[in-house]
Amino acid sequence: MRGKCGLFFTSYAKESQILHTGFQKSSMALFFLVLLLAPFFLNSYQVSLLCMINIAVIGAVSLNLLTGSCGQISLGHGAFIGVGAYATGICTLSGWPFLPALLFGGATTALVGMIFGIPSLRLKGIYLAIATLAAQLILVYIFMRWTSLTGGATGMGLDPPMILGYSFDTDQKMFYLTLVFSILAVLMVKNILRTKSGRAFVAIRDFHLSAESVGINLFRYKLQAFGVSSFLAGIAGGLWAHYTMYITPEQFEIGLSIQYLAMIIIGGLGSVIGSVFGAVFLTLLPEVLGVLANIMSGFFPNISTYFLAMRDGIFGLILVLFLIFEPDGLARRWQLAKSYFKLHPFAH
Amino acid sequence: MEYYLHLVLNGLVIGSIYSLVALGFVIIYKATKVVNFAQGELVMFGAYICFALTVQMGLPFLVSFFMTLIFSVVLGICLERVVLRPMIGEPIISVIMVTVGLSTVLKAVIQLFWGTQVRVYPQVLPSESVWILGLPVAPVYIAAFCLSVVLFIIFSVFFKYSTMGIAMRATAFDQQAAQSMGIGVKNIFAMSWCIAAVVSSIGGIILGNINGITPQLGHLGLKVFPAVILGGLDSLLGAAVGGLIIGILENVSDGVAQQFFGLAGFREVAAYFILVIILMIKPYGLFGTHEIERV
Repeated sequence: MRGKCGLFFTSYAKESQILHTGFQKSSMALFFLVLLLAPFFLNSYQVSLLCMINIAVIGAVSLNLLTGSCGQISLGHGAFIGVGAYATGICTLSGWPFLPALLFGGATTALVGMIFGIPSLRLKGIYLAIATLAAQLILVYIFMRWTSLTGGATGMGLDPPMILGYSFDTDQKMFYLTLVFSILAVLMVKNILRTKSGRAFVAIRDFHLSAESVGINLFRYKLQAFGVSSFLAGIAGGLWAHYTMYITPEQFEIGLSIQYLAMIIIGGLGSVIGSVFGAVFLTLLPEVLGVLANIMSGFFPNISTYFLAMRDGIFGLILVLFLIFEPDGLARRWQLAKSYFKLHPFAH
Repeated sequence: MEYYLHLVLNGLVIGSIYSLVALGFVIIYKATKVVNFAQGELVMFGAYICFALTVQMGLPFLVSFFMTLIFSVVLGICLERVVLRPMIGEPIISVIMVTVGLSTVLKAVIQLFWGTQVRVYPQVLPSESVWILGLPVAPVYIAAFCLSVVLFIIFSVFFKYSTMGIAMRATAFDQQAAQSMGIGVKNIFAMSWCIAAVVSSIGGIILGNINGITPQLGHLGLKVFPAVILGGLDSLLGAAVGGLIIGILENVSDGVAQQFFGLAGFREVAAYFILVIILMIKPYGLFGTHEIERV
């Protein structure tokens, strides 16, 4: 392989490696080195943004497995994250250690997700989207009204995560904790996509009838996709709940589901690295807009009164523009950039 | 008993507005197979335009009503041309998300211009109640109901007899066949968005007369889904019946939940519980066409 132009593979195992070349491996190592050192150079607000990105990556990558790879549209992801947040929160409040509580939260969410995934056997496309929309609204109603368990509209206060007596009480410590989980989640999804299940998901997305006729058990794999995706959503929820240390039902309304769907669309449907890009992009977007608004406030003094509405509008506008002009998202841009540099001095 | 009769009457009125919004949804879905998540925002937009013309510019109500309709026609054409046309042939998830994005943009535009506070229309109809079945009913409710019925009759006739209506049904039935018979399919798409925008604005104006309007009104767009699933996604009659039934069931189950279980605010989700049940029993609704898949 070395010394030749391009890549060629002599075995399937080699082809399905995640990182092929030495350059890829070393640049990935460099990236993680920078990421690990980042908290020492950034202030605590910037580190808190990194934490939010880590959590968003878990949520986005899990939704991308379900919607991007398996083709099951879910408008209820925000509520699933909420289930994880509440389940984990209730466990730690009743004295469980953090890690078992987080796993329990993930498992509970997986169960809830699979229950709402059962209709996916009969329903597809738009019908499934509407069914998950109903799940979203019903779950938020339950968060709101099951006051004895969730605290209702007033919400639920939580402590920072504690693992083996070590408390993750600063943004820096939280950053490393969430980073570990987000790397695990990305690796998990990436690896699922390389297995039989992953190929079955893609086959179901591309055409469910031919998938079924080559012997893929539709119900089993769809349910599996819902289960894995919701499990990771639950983990994201549990981490989020203990990071913000306060959860209310409003956090998990349909806007959150839409935001996660927007992440995977802007990032690239069915692409793992795309989910990461989307999560980074949409977490930083409000911050960038905030900075812009600050700069503009010199020219338009009352811009801050319009800021909230403008932020939502720009979010929607970016979503629409991406869908019209770059339906394959940032992942495709990334691919194009990479192939440009691969061929650099010679365009063709 | 009187309590429930009252609930049913209220449900009938709110249901007639659901039917109107559902009608717009179904017209778009039937002709273009686009699932429109921005239906509620179209309702809101019409309501705010009419509000701006009547209150802020001081035009008489009827004039501003018709000007709003003209505005809706333009809005419908623009949306179809700019946003929806590039989406032809894209996967369902993209089409859904483009209308979701659209709804966010429309909501933001409304908040930029009119803020978030409740806006109240000037009184158009007399406020003295009329007595029906021994119950007091505000005239605006009766007007809302009648207007919805009239609109349904107009659109049924339109789809049944007019050339345009027949062309729209042909497009919905088979796009290629329609195109080869000389029907401009793109015009049909634009036309269906126009009609949907107009119908939604009328719904919005009626709502504005009943409760006043806030940017929260967009949630109405989500209530459309139970109605159209119950009626069948591609059936006009289904939209009418589904909207009314959902309106009534929602009100009655809210009353029951409050009286017997002490559950407040069940109204918000009652429709979605009904939706889940329908999806499990009869996913194609009362009047929808059954999709048959052959390999």
